[in-house]
Amino acid sequence: MTEKNVKLLQGNEACVLGALYAGMKFYSGYPITPSTEIAEDSAVKLPKVGGKFIQMEDEIAGIAAAIGASLTGVKSMTATSGPGLSLKLENIGYAAIAEIPLVIVNVQRGGPSTGLPTSPAQGDIMQARWGSHGDYPMIALSPQSVRETFDLTVRAFNLAEKYRTPVMILTDEVVGHMREKIEIPEEGELEVFNRLVPEPGQPYMPYGIEEGDIVPKMAPFGAGYRYHVTGLFHDETGFPSNSSANAKYMLDRIMSKVNDHKDDIVTYDSYMLEDAEVVILAYGSSARTCKASVKKLREQGIKAGLFRSITIWPSPEAQIEAIGKQVNNIVVAEMNLGQYVYEVQRIVKSDALVHHIGRANGEVLTPDEIVAKVMEVL
Amino acid sequence: MNSTLVQNYFREEKLPHIWCPGCGHGIIMRAIAQAIENLGLDKDKVCIVSGIGCSSRAPGYMDFNTLHTTHGRALAFATGVKHANPDLEVIVITGDGDASAIGGNHLIHAARRNIGITTIVFNNNIYGMTGGQYSPTTPTGDLGTTAPYGNVDPAFDIAKLAAAAGATYAARTTAYHARPMTKYIEKAIAHKGFSLVEAISVCPTYYGRKNKKGSAVAMMNFLKDSFVDIKAAEKLPADKMVGKFIMGEFKHDETQEEYTSRYKKIIEQVKGAK
Repeated sequence: MTEKNVKLLQGNEACVLGALYAGMKFYSGYPITPSTEIAEDSAVKLPKVGGKFIQMEDEIAGIAAAIGASLTGVKSMTATSGPGLSLKLENIGYAAIAEIPLVIVNVQRGGPSTGLPTSPAQGDIMQARWGSHGDYPMIALSPQSVRETFDLTVRAFNLAEKYRTPVMILTDEVVGHMREKIEIPEEGELEVFNRLVPEPGQPYMPYGIEEGDIVPKMAPFGAGYRYHVTGLFHDETGFPSNSSANAKYMLDRIMSKVNDHKDDIVTYDSYMLEDAEVVILAYGSSARTCKASVKKLREQGIKAGLFRSITIWPSPEAQIEAIGKQVNNIVVAEMNLGQYVYEVQRIVKSDALVHHIGRANGEVLTPDEIVAKVMEVL
Repeated sequence: MNSTLVQNYFREEKLPHIWCPGCGHGIIMRAIAQAIENLGLDKDKVCIVSGIGCSSRAPGYMDFNTLHTTHGRALAFATGVKHANPDLEVIVITGDGDASAIGGNHLIHAARRNIGITTIVFNNNIYGMTGGQYSPTTPTGDLGTTAPYGNVDPAFDIAKLAAAAGATYAARTTAYHARPMTKYIEKAIAHKGFSLVEAISVCPTYYGRKNKKGSAVAMMNFLKDSFVDIKAAEKLPADKMVGKFIMGEFKHDETQEEYTSRYKKIIEQVKGAK
């Protein structure tokens, strides 16, 4: 048996190793706390595998260059935090409508504006989903540990390539900077998905769907296809179209890539949920706190359970709806003044009450205050 | 022999273009195709990237790998394309507003890096697509819909801006001077580092009408009469240069190594290391 590859890593370092495991060959970004280690580590490691790193002049250029690189056929990533995400939003919409695979890491920090640069927050949940103008699909994943940051980064690349869409990793300052012992998976242990490319010699419709495919096959620039890519609404040839019928068809199609494949995209986790009479719902680093709260509540004889959304967007709707039928009280715990709670309230169709506990002052939630909140609502 | 430029380098089914009658942009677009033909480039290896605006619609008509991006960001997207695949000949088509206002930061940094991208600025001194607002190259005092009492801003000299920022080839030409323009674009594409050709265009619809510059023909004649080649200008007495503008090659430096070639050396140095 070969020796296991065990390392003591920060979440941000694990993100880079996960990206390389998935086949990342390009990183472009701009330094911003608390995501900078992702850029620094990419700068060290990418040229060693023949990949390319570039520090761009600003956040907008950081995502723009990553989109350009992806069009040449390489897996590319950019990382940022709060203010940087605000700047990247326009081009997230571009990647969505032009269907460019791309991974965006957002190590959340306190906002608004420059806010609390070195403190954790989960305040970009709604921005991640709705931040760019117009309607577009979004996939966002939220890790709670260093190893999960590795795994979800691999997964983010897979989903980006499979569905030809930008995928966001919504981590936070706690997960990004904490160090944990992790075992790096062997090659082949985790699935790695590569985008579908057109068959040589076959006629190519850049935005046409072949039977059995979810997305159009993606030819790399330079491979002889000479097609057009635009952020304007376009038809299956890739050229702009003002037709409202085409706009509807195209938007329905890109929305359905995510909406019709939730079974493949959505993941979640739970703890002591089976017999729970009250459920705490959380994600990212807050979910770790909540696990301690569940243990404390159980010690006091309260049948509490934890549900953790790993895929934040799209939400685990069916599971959350079922929890609404199982219990009378759901407490959403998050490091903001109320964001994901609105999504949970939207989903829960029963009479169950959806409560919120959160703060946005740069401090993490403590197990005891969540326990107190649960006691208060029961 | 008739030219086969349109058949060979344009997407004929996408023509006619959207530009107004008398617009100078078609001449510049043609010159780019002519330069590519003259250089004998493989169409599959040419990537044309644009931002947003009148000029940025050009790539849709041109039969290459074409990328129409977001406003001002063409050079940032193009940097990703070129860095990821240096074998591609990357050409950016942009306008005065796209390149020097919203995209000004990307312009100076692409120039500073000396990355092997050729930028052709279609400078018509106005925001045409949005209906005639003043741009960073609208002359002081001229009118725009957002400069109803005369433009207060001084103008940018885009070719010199690029040269000062580190571009290793910078030239200016006009839509009237189609032959030298083709030559400059050819040299810019053949140049290994960052190159920029500022091509002065005309916008009779918005800039011309608002500023009473006469017909499209009158505006072309203005280009013919007002632009003096840099070498000729050096020999002219100062009084002969009043009201004139300088065109020609401002910078051509082959001694600076191109960005992706420098990065390639880093890869060779560290590749395979733990």
